[in-house]
Amino acid sequence: MITLHHYLVVAALLFTIGIVCVISRRNAIGILIGIELILNAANLNLIAFSRYFEVGLEGQVFAIFVIILAACEAAIALAILISLFASFGTIDVDAAQRMKR
Amino acid sequence: MGNVVFAIIFYALVVMVLVSAVAAAFLRNIVMAAFALFFTLLGMAGFYVLLGADFLAITQVVVYVGGILILLLFGVLLTHRSIETLELETRGTYVLGIFGGLLVYGVLHYFLFSVSWPTPLMKPLEPTTAAIGQLLLSKYLLPFEVSSVTLLIALIGAAYLVRRRDT
Repeated sequence: MITLHHYLVVAALLFTIGIVCVISRRNAIGILIGIELILNAANLNLIAFSRYFEVGLEGQVFAIFVIILAACEAAIALAILISLFASFGTIDVDAAQRMKR
Repeated sequence: MGNVVFAIIFYALVVMVLVSAVAAAFLRNIVMAAFALFFTLLGMAGFYVLLGADFLAITQVVVYVGGILILLLFGVLLTHRSIETLELETRGTYVLGIFGGLLVYGVLHYFLFSVSWPTPLMKPLEPTTAAIGQLLLSKYLLPFEVSSVTLLIALIGAAYLVRRRDT
């Protein structure tokens, strides 16, 4: 029998993997991948609560807003990345410590 | 019988999602990491199906796999010069990351296993698309419109950020 607790543990593990990815990556695109993992873990929690509690579909609607904001975030982050690459010639976040060229 | 099949599918998805997420976090080649993320996102869509969220499963596939992942691969291909610039991580950053991850998981684990989660009745599985559409256009109309404007602003901002400076 799969209960709410199973989904919460999977989401916690996925969140942890995302945190490890965000901390340990120096490549900016790797950091973005970690953020996507974290957002997916949050979404899994929202949908699991929406399924196992008598609250209607509010959790799923909230998950849709999370997906919309993830799309915004990915577009903006890649735009920042590309202008970072144009300025510094690399996407190593440790190399981009100065505020100006 | 139904429960056993359900559990087998669940644990298969768990293995798929967690293994590919670890690969996405630790593979040094960023293109391979992006492809590992593809399997994580597909597995998440599988979880949404198991949870009875059919509309969200399709949305997950369309937006994440069809949109965000392609955007990530574009980002990789537009911002690398040679193969060695793709592999920046050192052992020190991974040690730091795993230490931070253990800390975070410790806190989460404590809360997950100290609270006794109620196991309420399972609602029957129904199509959700019509109900979500009704909610979005009645109760959540304002957030819906605000998020659409946010998306527009984000796209305009992205186009502004990557414009040519010299023209």
